[in-house]
Amino acid sequence: METPSTVTLRFAFEPPSAPGQFVMLWIPGDDELPMSLSYTEGRSKGVTIKAMGDTSRRVQSVRVGDPIGIRGPYGNGFDLRPRDILIVAGGSGAAVLAPAAERARAAGASVTVALGATTKRELLFADRFRSMGARVEVATDDGSEGERGFVTGLATRLVDQRSFDAVWTCGPEVMMRKVVDAASGKRVRVSCAVERHMKCALGMCDACALGPLHVCTDGPVFESDRLTAIPDFGRFHRDPSGRRVPF
Amino acid sequence: MADLVVRLAGLSLRNPFVLASGIWGESGDSLAGAWSAGAGAVVTKSIGTSARPGYANPTVETYDRWGLLNAMGLPNPGIDEYPREIEVARRAGATVIGSVFGGDAEEFARLASRMNETGVVAIELNLSCPHAEGFGTEVGSDPRNVEEIVRAVVREARVPVIAKITPNTADPAALAIAAERGGAAAVSAINTVRGLAIDVRLRRPVLAHGLGGLSGQAIKPVGLACIWQIYGKVSIPLIGIGGIASAEDALEYVMAGARAVEVGTAVAFDGVAVFGRLVNDLNGLLDRLGIARLEDAVGVAHRAVG
Repeated sequence: METPSTVTLRFAFEPPSAPGQFVMLWIPGDDELPMSLSYTEGRSKGVTIKAMGDTSRRVQSVRVGDPIGIRGPYGNGFDLRPRDILIVAGGSGAAVLAPAAERARAAGASVTVALGATTKRELLFADRFRSMGARVEVATDDGSEGERGFVTGLATRLVDQRSFDAVWTCGPEVMMRKVVDAASGKRVRVSCAVERHMKCALGMCDACALGPLHVCTDGPVFESDRLTAIPDFGRFHRDPSGRRVPF
Repeated sequence: MADLVVRLAGLSLRNPFVLASGIWGESGDSLAGAWSAGAGAVVTKSIGTSARPGYANPTVETYDRWGLLNAMGLPNPGIDEYPREIEVARRAGATVIGSVFGGDAEEFARLASRMNETGVVAIELNLSCPHAEGFGTEVGSDPRNVEEIVRAVVREARVPVIAKITPNTADPAALAIAAERGGAAAVSAINTVRGLAIDVRLRRPVLAHGLGGLSGQAIKPVGLACIWQIYGKVSIPLIGIGGIASAEDALEYVMAGARAVEVGTAVAFDGVAVFGRLVNDLNGLLDRLGIARLEDAVGVAHRAVG
């Protein structure tokens, strides 16, 4: 249990994995979901899932010893070379950003985190970010910790205040589009970890199509210049039938 | 440079490598991507009368590089929504073939009349999905059904109609003959071969739907045999499908009797760049074999065995 609505599952999974990559997590008899790895080191990997709908609640109800299936890891990871990084995490976006930040810190990079949540108790991995030596700034919708408001406002101020080598962001696509817009005109590369409905994870079925890109094989981490060229980014997603649906 | 142009059912394709239905074709941008990568034409996902989410995951299982088992469950946005995707692909210059699936002749015909308005150059009928209750193979394994459906569609369609038939039958030629009798302009074969995978640790089928369809290199001999058996039994052109990942694979299909081929699973394993490679390699292969025009090779293997 990471927050009242967020749970981490740890499982034995040998293949080497990079921060940003995802696995397909199979709950037999129920569903198989794309999940970014929140723990990428060693033999025990992990995913961190927020209760959003029925399926994520059922994933949360998996108990130690329950049979699950894992395939992957799939997709690319974050470019870990930048030395001065701003991380913008909304909702459960911190799940994929935390292992990336750990890797960057271990390599000696400076990491600043803009961490957003609805309320104090829902701040994900705040302690994990602090204990790796990152500077953590918080925004909550209700003002129960840090500044009151969305993390996009906080992020906008941080990129205005000083220059970073890179911005890494994950969260709702609408939020990420705002982060990209806030950073446009600054000389900073923005990488977004995008979440889309997925089925095959092999670049075949087209379920995760985002403009000309497939999130499963071209991503899930994209440089913002590839995304801003796509009108649908932050505006339309596709439902399981492939229908375009506004966010 | 050999001549790779394919003339088929009144169409002229720049090369024989057509993106198979079900791969990439849910969105117009992806169809456009396959076209820019070099495909000779692109076939859409099979479209039905209304939006359909498809089956729950897991929907795929892979076998190294030789096979892929899937039961997507015919997900598609429905014929009301889908024309905008075709439009996106056409604006990018793509030659688009519209695939449709229905439960009976009337439903197929309704879909075909809607496809007329979208600018597709042909309509391919999915008479062969092996894992969808009430659709695909269930309606397409009886020659009488095939003839009735094709006839109803041809009456509505203002573009050539291609019948995509199933290998999950004792007599594929009978299905092709029925399609020709119904007025089809071409036959494409094969769709996936019905298959199953079981997770022994979990003691259950891997795919949420249970049964699926096998594609990829494992089924190439099956597809080749179907084309072989159909060739000569009908006078309409054939399109070969099943496990094509190299120029040699494609030429095998052509020599068995196909005029064009569809490529699907190779896109999953090798990426969409496979189209450019296939075109290049086929040029080289034909040159090496002294074949000036691909069309000259259609069905030649039959001559060897009388």
